[in-house]
Amino acid sequence: MKNYKNVIAAYSIMIFLIIMVGIFQSWSIALTILNYCLISAVMTIGANIQWGYAGLINFGIMGYTALGGLAVVLVSVEPVKKAWQVGGLNILACIWIIVAIVFVVKFILNRFGKSKLRNYSVASVILGGIIILRITAAPGIEAIEAIDPAKTGFLGGMGLPVLFSWIFGALLAGGLAFIIGKIALGLRADYLAIATLLIAEIMVSIIKHEEWLARGVKNVTGLKRPAPYEIDLQASEWFINLVAKFHSAKLNLINSAADKQEALNQMVIEASSIYVKLCFSGLFLTVVIILLIVTQKALYSPWGRKMRAIRDNEVAASAMGKNVVKEHLLIFILGSAIVGLAGAMMVTNDGLFTPTSYRPMRYTFVIWVMVIVGGTGNNFGAILGGFVVWFLWVEAAPIALFLINLFTAHLPETNTFKVHLIESAPYFRFLVIGIGLLLIMRFRPQGIIPEKIIKQ
Amino acid sequence: MDFLNAIIVIFNFTLIPALAYGSQLALGAIFVTLIYAVLRFANFATGDMMSFGTMFAVILTYYFQSLGIGLGVLPTALLTIPFAILMMILYMLIIDKFVFSYYRIKKSPPVQFAMVSVGVMFVTQALIRIIIGPSDRIFLDGEKFIIKATEFKEMTGLAEGITLKSTQAITIIVTLIVVSIMFWFLNKTKTGTSMRAYSDNEDLALLSGIDPKRVVLITWVIAGILATIGGVLYGLDKSYRPFVYFNNMLPIFAAAIVGGIGNPFGAFLGGYVIAFAEIFVTYAYKRFISYLLPENLEPDSLLQLLSTDYKFAVSFSILVIVLLIRPSGIFKGKVI
Repeated sequence: MKNYKNVIAAYSIMIFLIIMVGIFQSWSIALTILNYCLISAVMTIGANIQWGYAGLINFGIMGYTALGGLAVVLVSVEPVKKAWQVGGLNILACIWIIVAIVFVVKFILNRFGKSKLRNYSVASVILGGIIILRITAAPGIEAIEAIDPAKTGFLGGMGLPVLFSWIFGALLAGGLAFIIGKIALGLRADYLAIATLLIAEIMVSIIKHEEWLARGVKNVTGLKRPAPYEIDLQASEWFINLVAKFHSAKLNLINSAADKQEALNQMVIEASSIYVKLCFSGLFLTVVIILLIVTQKALYSPWGRKMRAIRDNEVAASAMGKNVVKEHLLIFILGSAIVGLAGAMMVTNDGLFTPTSYRPMRYTFVIWVMVIVGGTGNNFGAILGGFVVWFLWVEAAPIALFLINLFTAHLPETNTFKVHLIESAPYFRFLVIGIGLLLIMRFRPQGIIPEKIIKQ
Repeated sequence: MDFLNAIIVIFNFTLIPALAYGSQLALGAIFVTLIYAVLRFANFATGDMMSFGTMFAVILTYYFQSLGIGLGVLPTALLTIPFAILMMILYMLIIDKFVFSYYRIKKSPPVQFAMVSVGVMFVTQALIRIIIGPSDRIFLDGEKFIIKATEFKEMTGLAEGITLKSTQAITIIVTLIVVSIMFWFLNKTKTGTSMRAYSDNEDLALLSGIDPKRVVLITWVIAGILATIGGVLYGLDKSYRPFVYFNNMLPIFAAAIVGGIGNPFGAFLGGYVIAFAEIFVTYAYKRFISYLLPENLEPDSLLQLLSTDYKFAVSFSILVIVLLIRPSGIFKGKVI
């Protein structure tokens, strides 16, 4: 227990801060922050598996998050039957063409030795394949996008419950990580970082611009929810009774019946949004706890020790007969799958899929700051990092505003300097995160909760 | 006649824009490559450092305009570049003193450097947004066009015209001047040689009496010049918007790696490779082909390999292909 003292202390401070937000701002905001903290925590668990366990630098987190979000659309949205009728055949044909290209390329690579001829033939097969793809796909895509473009204009999904999409998102991200890992994992650390960053950018641009897939920049709104809707709650009797019971003391103070009803209505509206957010929090917390238990077990298993050995000395580990390439690929897939899961969770929480919101700043670099600040190689640290950094990211602007007002209190309201500072308050979050990262890197490079190695 | 028209179409819509865009990328790529060669890390703050330098140029341009100082036909921004460069170098040296030098003395691994540069990126972005705000700014003044399409058509009697924006011409000329001075400096002067020696083999360079502090200082000075000029030229040609500069970091990285990271000449050419690839792959060749083919054979489709939405994706794909086939870049850089 003694070992966990600082962990418990750090988490208590974090929970206390969120409660403070609940008291001073509102409980709804506090729960929103908590939900996002939990989602960030899942992302940092994924990134921490890659960086903390195995020392792989993956700057492509944004891509896997977007892919997880795409999974929600592909799984939960009702299929657009008309679109499938007019263009489904073309799209299915394209999938077969892609499979055929992959097999032909594989065949050429296996059959012929390294030569210029082989390179040229692979290149020509890929180029020819892309041209055939475009010719096959073009009429189908046009037909699909023409169907009711204001509302659908895409193939739709499978119409399954949204929770399936979390699993599907993880699988999708893991599958893509397999391909990318095969391509890029041989690169040196900083090259890997750049390559993954750029590949993620390619992925997001495909999601953005292929409108037949998920409406692209037109966004998909009104996604299904695993939690009840506020409007249904406000109409259901048990919920109103529950709220009345909860606030009975306050309600009893009001004398007139009409006022009482009005106050109750207001409370029900407020409570319904909090109730929905609490449902989400419960779901997310379950995911985080399951992941934490699994990753913690994995970290202290023989497999985890092997990963650490590979991280600390690749050459020695491979000399001991460990398959470094295979393990790197495995961990790359696992970490990316968890990030994909987080992406699906986030889109479920928001209820809408907006491809333009995927930017490397928010979805790659901030997540990395979380891992580094929290503590690399320690799951408790990574989760805490997710909480702390997300909290700062959200609350930096109000705090900055408060401080600006405090320090410029002697200046008149129309002072240009003061107005300018107040206008730029939202950007202080970058400053806070950046300086925080630099300070941690300098004075506590192992993070708030450092890695702990249990000696057997 | 049709053949001439076809050539002019290609010249106007692909060659000129690609040359200008390539020059802007090339300056950034040399900046990345220099930092990588001498200080040995991938600088993720590249785009924002360029933006930071440009910010001073924008502010000073507004100030000069209010004073009535200008260059006539040329944009006022050219006048402000030297001052912007000074501010930029000052900022870089401060950052180096308080952030990077600690890790350099500790000989930290490149990954740690990269993470630190991410921190610098955040701070720089915050400063830019706090000082000038995130909005779009156009600070170009003076003559906008050197040749206008209509004038060209009247002059030559052709159906197609050439438009040459003054910013494009300025970009290409300034880039050529700056880059040639820089290569002369790196290859012919004693300081340049000592920089290359330090980049090649640090220990050997130290043994032969090269002062590492001086090398680092000179590197940041050159980096500041390149970053500011590259940023200002891009801002003049398109417009100044902090967010776009951050995004430009990605094709710049692609250019530096394609050309062989650590190799300034490779980075210079890499910029053009990326720019030409982006524009040639996403250009619709319909107009070009329709001039060459007889009328009854005119194509129906746009004849575009990829839609312009995938402009960035093209350069990144090139990078991925280069990394796979020839990780050291087209022109051998530091071997990975």
